Order: sequence, then structure tokens, then C-alpha cells
Amino acid sequence: MFIYLLRRVVFALVLVFTVSSASLLLTRAAPGDYATSDGLRGGRERMKVMRERYGLDRPVLEQYLRWLGGAIRLDFGYSLAYDRPVTDLIPERAANTALLAMTALLVATVVGLPLGVVAGSRRGGLLAGSVRLASVVLLSLPPLLTSLFLVFVAARTGWLPIGGIGTASHLVIPAAALGLPIAALFERLQAQAMQEVIGQPYVLAALARGVPRSRILWRDGLKAALRPVASVYGLVVATLLSGSFAVETVTSWPGLGRLMLEALQARDVFLVAGCAATGSLFLACGTLLSDVALAVVDPRARE
Amino acid sequence: MWRWQSWIPVPANRIGGALVLIVVLGAIAAPVVAPHTTGHSFPELLSAPPTIPHIVDREGLRLPFIYPWRIANRLEQRFEQDTTAPVPLGWFTNGRLVDSSDDARMPLLLLGSDSYGRDVFSRLLFGARMSLALAIAAALGSMLVGGLVGAVAGYAGGSTDDLLMKATDLIMVLPMMYVALALRAALPLVLEASTVFVFLTAIFALVGAPFVSRGVRGIIRTERRLEYAIAAVSLGAGPGRLLIRHLLPAARGFLAVQVTMLVPAFIVAEATLSYVGLGFPYPIATWGTMLREASNVRTFADFPWLLSPAAAIFVFVLGLNLLVQGRDDGFLKKPVL
Repeated sequence: MFIYLLRRVVFALVLVFTVSSASLLLTRAAPGDYATSDGLRGGRERMKVMRERYGLDRPVLEQYLRWLGGAIRLDFGYSLAYDRPVTDLIPERAANTALLAMTALLVATVVGLPLGVVAGSRRGGLLAGSVRLASVVLLSLPPLLTSLFLVFVAARTGWLPIGGIGTASHLVIPAAALGLPIAALFERLQAQAMQEVIGQPYVLAALARGVPRSRILWRDGLKAALRPVASVYGLVVATLLSGSFAVETVTSWPGLGRLMLEALQARDVFLVAGCAATGSLFLACGTLLSDVALAVVDPRARE
Repeated sequence: MWRWQSWIPVPANRIGGALVLIVVLGAIAAPVVAPHTTGHSFPELLSAPPTIPHIVDREGLRLPFIYPWRIANRLEQRFEQDTTAPVPLGWFTNGRLVDSSDDARMPLLLLGSDSYGRDVFSRLLFGARMSLALAIAAALGSMLVGGLVGAVAGYAGGSTDDLLMKATDLIMVLPMMYVALALRAALPLVLEASTVFVFLTAIFALVGAPFVSRGVRGIIRTERRLEYAIAAVSLGAGPGRLLIRHLLPAARGFLAVQVTMLVPAFIVAEATLSYVGLGFPYPIATWGTMLREASNVRTFADFPWLLSPAAAIFVFVLGLNLLVQGRDDGFLKKPVL
């Protein structure tokens, strides 16, 4: 178990390192830098001053090593566009994305798993049928579309604020847009797992012993069927981040995704790398947590 | 296990197939079916609502016709129907299936017009060509790259396999959207449409490849131990022939399912990139650039027809999902996007 965890931690570290380095080098390799995208305002003289100030005139390798040296000490350099240290800018945005992603995951779990148990334990019927139909529809609606649709409904009816951040009601649309497609995924996985579990001889044996049906379903069945869902949790973190990018753009949620988009467009290299490092840290934590969860639920995964 | 089939009389995969077919046919037949070209704008009809074909007027039944829109309030961009002057529809004129008989009086706008006065329906059909072609080309690219990597890894085994699979794992856990975004941002921000097409295809193909290579590697690994593979080797087949002629065909079913997962993911990825302004340049019609019209919340609350590309994406993806799920319920392992 310890070695298993150690390996996962090493993987997480490699992930954060690779992603942030790659994004820095990629943005640096792009034609033009922040000075050219900003230089239109300042002219040639200002461009030169800025390049010198931020070290953009140095060779890429030297810049990279300098950034790496700072990053180890949690100093991610200066954002050129905001003229503030990257470490000042990111925490707030990261917290917003984390809030959005966590709420969405909660929505997905609370909605998806119970419905999966219901749909998976019945052979037919209107309830199970409609749950399945709803899931198939939702699975065909990526967060970009759900958020557009929900924003449209909100704009038409005026029930909910359509963008920005502030009160809890601002969270409803982004969280629903991000969470519902994942709820559908969880529902399908849970339903399939339930169907398999229900076919097992030990379930029949429990029924024969007189264990109530609801207890078999909601205690034993749910537990046994958690494994496939737990194994997907780690992968869903990536889906959440991808989806939250679209949702943040549509609903003007000031999260990490939008910050990174702005930074990429402005060629704000250190901010891009900082965002990528934070995002990959989320990802690494998510996969790590789900690996632990999986190891707890299913001892076989520990090997 | 699609039991709701029992109360919908047609099997789910047929419905799915029909939906996919409608979209694909619409894309192929775009030059004939679309009444207008993608760039043609009607300056008098900015953000005009759809013109719904009627067949009944006050005097009773007649051939299909539309009512012209008269601008009622230029500030709010509000139109009113002019029921006194119906414009009949013309069939098979100018090489088009159906169009208004007199564009000067009122063009046929089946899904309204956008803020530049361009016909949304025509753009939707031509946009489908771009979006579908891009997604399909990228999916084929993923098959090629992923298939190759997977085949090599599965065949070689040992440290080659280890290394390739570690890299695959690393790319697979990344959020696809961000990888595509970072790669796209490494290119100049403004590019020609054809360049964008090539680059996006390459980027998506690379991002999607790990999903293919993982499965192909597994299949090759198990297949190469089977008797028929050993027989082929003992008959003198080299590694290349063994892989291409004997082992890869075993992965056909898996590859087919992968295509139906990658294509929707790529369509959405294009839409997202174009929506944020990193996809195709603005005059080009794709589902993504069309959705960009809807990026101003105020506009699209009043002009819901601007959301029709979203509906098109939904219909196509739903069709693909039903097509696959109707046959095989167990395909959902990892969401690509």
C-alpha cells in the first residue's frame, strides 16, 4: 500500500513538473511575446525596455532555468499583463475554479449515484426508463452546450443571475452546467454495476435469507457497485477541468480557465505557466485522491 | 440493456443512425439545400427571426409561401410580419432545392439571420461540413497515430512498451481542452482558415491518440500470443506483415467504437476553441464560429435561433451515442472530453 501510494505521488509530481514546463516552453515558442502584443501602445523603445526587464531577450533555456529555480521556491515570476506576481493572481481564481468543480462533483454524485441504483435495479418501468433517457440526452450535452442552454433559460426567465460571481445563486448555473453531464455518466456507470451485482448468487442468497430488498440495494449493492464509479473519479477530474473552461467562458465565472485563456492570448508566459502548474496540481490531487479511494474500496487495485 | 426501447417502438440505434444520417446528408448536400451562401448578408435583415413557411392564408390553402419581415423597431431590432404581401417559395431554381421566389422582397431564412444579416440555416449546413470534416479527419489521424503507437508498444513489449505507455498515461490524464488550447496558443493567433484546419486536425489527432493507443496495445498484446499469430510467425511472416495483416484487424471493433467517441469530442473542442476566438477566423462558417455569435448573452436571449448550432451539435452527438449504445451498453469507460 505504501509503495503504491509513493508511486502515485511520484507520478503526480512528474505531472505537475511536465505540464508547467511544457506550457512555459510552448508559450515561449509561440511567435511574438508579451512585449510585441503590448508594444503597439508603447512603441519600439518600450518594447525593448520591457523585454530587458522581464528577461524576455534572454535565450529560452536560460529563461526556463530561471523560472524553474524560482518555481521550486514557489515563486512563479511576474505576470506581464497584470504587473503583479503570479502568486498574487492565481489563488483567488484557483479557489473559484475549485469551488465550481467541487460543487459540480457534489451535484453529480448526489444526483447520479442514487438514480443509478434506481435505474440499475429495475428491469423496466417508467422511472428507470426516463432516468436512462435523461442520461443519454445529458451525455450528448457537453458543458459548453448545457451552460449555453441554462444561461439562455436564465436570461429569458430572469430566475437566476446569468453570469459573474457573488452570491450562492451565481453558482447554480455553472455548477449545474458542469455537474449534470457528469451526473449522467455516474448514473450510467452505477446502473451497469448494479445490474451486474444484482445478478450475483450472493444477492440471491441474501434475498433467500430474508434480507429486505431495499437493504440489499442501498447498502450491499451500492457498496459493491461503487468500484467502477470510484475508478472513474480520477479521470473525471480532467473532465471537470476541461468542462469548467467552457463553463467559465460562457457564464463569465472568474476562474483559472479564463485567466489562462487571457494569459495565452496576451502571451503572458509566466502567468500561463503558473495557471498550468495550478491546474495540474488540481489534477494530480484529484487523481491521487481517487487512487486512494479506489485502493480503499477495492483491495485488488493496490497491486 | 436499453429497456426503454420497449416503449419506443424503434430500436435506439436506428434512431441514432437516422439522426447521424440527417446531419451528414445535410452537410453533403449543403450547396443544394442551403438557400444562400455563407457570406451573403442581408443588410436590411439583421438578426431577423425565422421565416416559417405557411401553406394557409386567409383565402385558404395554397402553395408554400413566407411572409416578409418589416422592421418595427430598429433600436430593439424587432420585426413584424407583413401578412399583406406573401412571397411564394420557388422550387429547384438556381440549382437550389427551395428558396424564396424573390430575394429582394424577402429571402428564405429558415432559422433566421445573425447579427450580420447572414442566413443561419445556410451557415449551419455549410458549417456542418467544416465541423464534421475536421472532427472526422482528426479522428482518423488519432487512429493512425494511436494505432501505430499502440501496435508498436504491444508488439515490442519491454521497455519500449513501458515508456510509450507512461507517456500515454500522462497525456490521457490531462484535460483535453487545455492541451488543445495550449497547443493552439503556441501558433500565431490569426491564421488562414485552411491553416487553422490543418493545425487543429493535427492537434486534435495528437490529443486523441492516447485513447486509441491504449486499447490497441492491449488487444495486440493478447492477440500476439494466440495460436493463429504464432502460426503466422512460424510460416515466416515478419513483424510488419504480422501486425498489419493479422493483429490489427482484431482491433477493428474497438477502433470503430473509438471513432464514435472521438468525433463528438472533437466537434465540441472545435466549437469551444472557436467560441473563445482561438479557432477559425470569423467569416468562416463552422458550428463553433456560429456559436461565437451567441457569446453575447443579451443578444442570444432575444434571438434564440442563434443557438441552432448548439442544437445541431446535440442532435449529432446524441445520434452517435444512441447508435453505439443501442448496440453495446458497455462502452462508457472514460469521457474523452
